[in-house]
Amino acid sequence: MVDLQTSVGELKLKNPTMLASGILGETGELLMRVAESGAGAVVTKSIGLEPREGHPNPTVIEFEFGLLNAVGLANPGIEDFREQFQIAKKGEVPVIGSIFGKGAGEFVDLATKMEDYGASAVELNLSCPHAEGLGQEIGAEPKNVELITKEVKGSVSIPVFPKLTPNVKDIVALADAASKGGADAVVAINSVRAMAISPETKMPILANKIGGLSGTAIRPIGVRCVYEIWREVSIPIIGVGGISSGMDALQYLMAGASAVQIGSGVWIGGPGVFSNVCKEIEEFLEENGHKSVKEVIGAAHSC
Amino acid sequence: MLVRKIETIVVESHHTKSFYFKGGFHADPGQFVMVWIPGVDEIPMGLSTIGENMGITVHRVGEATEKMHALKEGEKIGIRGPYGKGFDILGRKLLVVAGGTGIASLMPAVETAVEQGRDVQVAIGALTKDELLFAERVRKAGAKIEIATDDGSEGFEGFVSNLAEELLSNENYDQILTCGPEAMMKKVIEHGMNHKIRTQVSLERFMRCGIGVCGSCAFDGLRICRDGPVFDGEEVYGKGDFDTYRRDPSGKRIPLLPDV
Repeated sequence: MVDLQTSVGELKLKNPTMLASGILGETGELLMRVAESGAGAVVTKSIGLEPREGHPNPTVIEFEFGLLNAVGLANPGIEDFREQFQIAKKGEVPVIGSIFGKGAGEFVDLATKMEDYGASAVELNLSCPHAEGLGQEIGAEPKNVELITKEVKGSVSIPVFPKLTPNVKDIVALADAASKGGADAVVAINSVRAMAISPETKMPILANKIGGLSGTAIRPIGVRCVYEIWREVSIPIIGVGGISSGMDALQYLMAGASAVQIGSGVWIGGPGVFSNVCKEIEEFLEENGHKSVKEVIGAAHSC
Repeated sequence: MLVRKIETIVVESHHTKSFYFKGGFHADPGQFVMVWIPGVDEIPMGLSTIGENMGITVHRVGEATEKMHALKEGEKIGIRGPYGKGFDILGRKLLVVAGGTGIASLMPAVETAVEQGRDVQVAIGALTKDELLFAERVRKAGAKIEIATDDGSEGFEGFVSNLAEELLSNENYDQILTCGPEAMMKKVIEHGMNHKIRTQVSLERFMRCGIGVCGSCAFDGLRICRDGPVFDGEEVYGKGDFDTYRRDPSGKRIPLLPDV
């Protein structure tokens, strides 16, 4: 029997798969369904202080190797989300509250609420690539990452995970800033800034024109980012970007991730993707003589 | 994203038009597409015609459908899909119950079922006879038709769910397919349960991705776009959202107002 249990700092997980933010995470019932489908933890959609409708459609389009989205941080607001959070907790896996704000003050208010709702950890969205004045527009600066992380850490006792953008020259500097701010782990990566144009109409397809690319297409970028962060920064890493199979997840684990998140993988694999990925990791570890998933975390660095 | 020229536009009633375009993809009865009106919006639409030429039937209810109605033949629209789970067409004898524009999503199932040699009885309901859709097309397909209008201007006077109950009491059906306002479909499911007949319902909600990832069309623990839009009546009957709530673009749960 292979042990799939892992931990991200103090957060214990029954397996290394988590639902990534922005996927099925707007309602309690769907979060619960993902939990019941085998995810080790679920991350909510990013929630702000006020309700927000996001960008007009088209907001999500698919192509051969991934998804392009500019949902624009649509969410019902932190007050309304309380009820959804309580439903999500019935899934009996850790529920991680993802939050976004304009600055440290908003992040602190939101993190405090999430802790009050019973969140097992809080994920700081410092990396959404398609919302003005939010996400990566703040989080591309290491000093902002450090400050916001520090302020949030000072106001809650649950673990704090800043989610980083790959759309910078040096993601390691962001991870280092998060570590200096006291982050318990970093989440890497958010989607890659991208766009698609319809030649027939001579128009960008997304109403917001620019969005974030996710799915298979970005997996090698995510693996590289996790690998580079692991070499320079000592806090745990949660790897995300283009995972839909056990072998995809193992790339991230071997690059140094203690756990992984799956988002666009739900597109093809449905909510069953979590248990499938776990089964494939288990089979691989078994065949290769490992007793625990922890044995392969960072394995690619020993060569 | 497929981009298609609108080949033909047919005015169906004072607030409803059908738009036809070349498909080039296979679709099952009951599936939907995401229709991009360039520069305006993208909305989910049930396919009202499937085959070499695909069709959608648009009821003018808001800004996006208003703009859609302003489009001319030859102009372009984007199509993603087809998406979702359509109708399971089973049984020798089918009862199809349509309320308002609900007949649009049911038309391909009616035509397919008749082609497959099944006996199809259609019950169409509308507020008044000027708003009846596709009655001629149902007859042409070779299905039997009964009409209900709320004001009695044509056929049975009253709700189509009451007409359906009358039909169910007089004859035995193997299956019911329905699409229309949820209050109507709820009644139809109840009548089906009373007669121990399986009912399939087609639902709609605000959507973004259409492919089961964003969660915008959450209906309790179901995703309308991927788990549906066609569901077993008994699966949705007891759900808290059915005939009660929808979600706005922020994800807030708000009362489901009846169609106007």
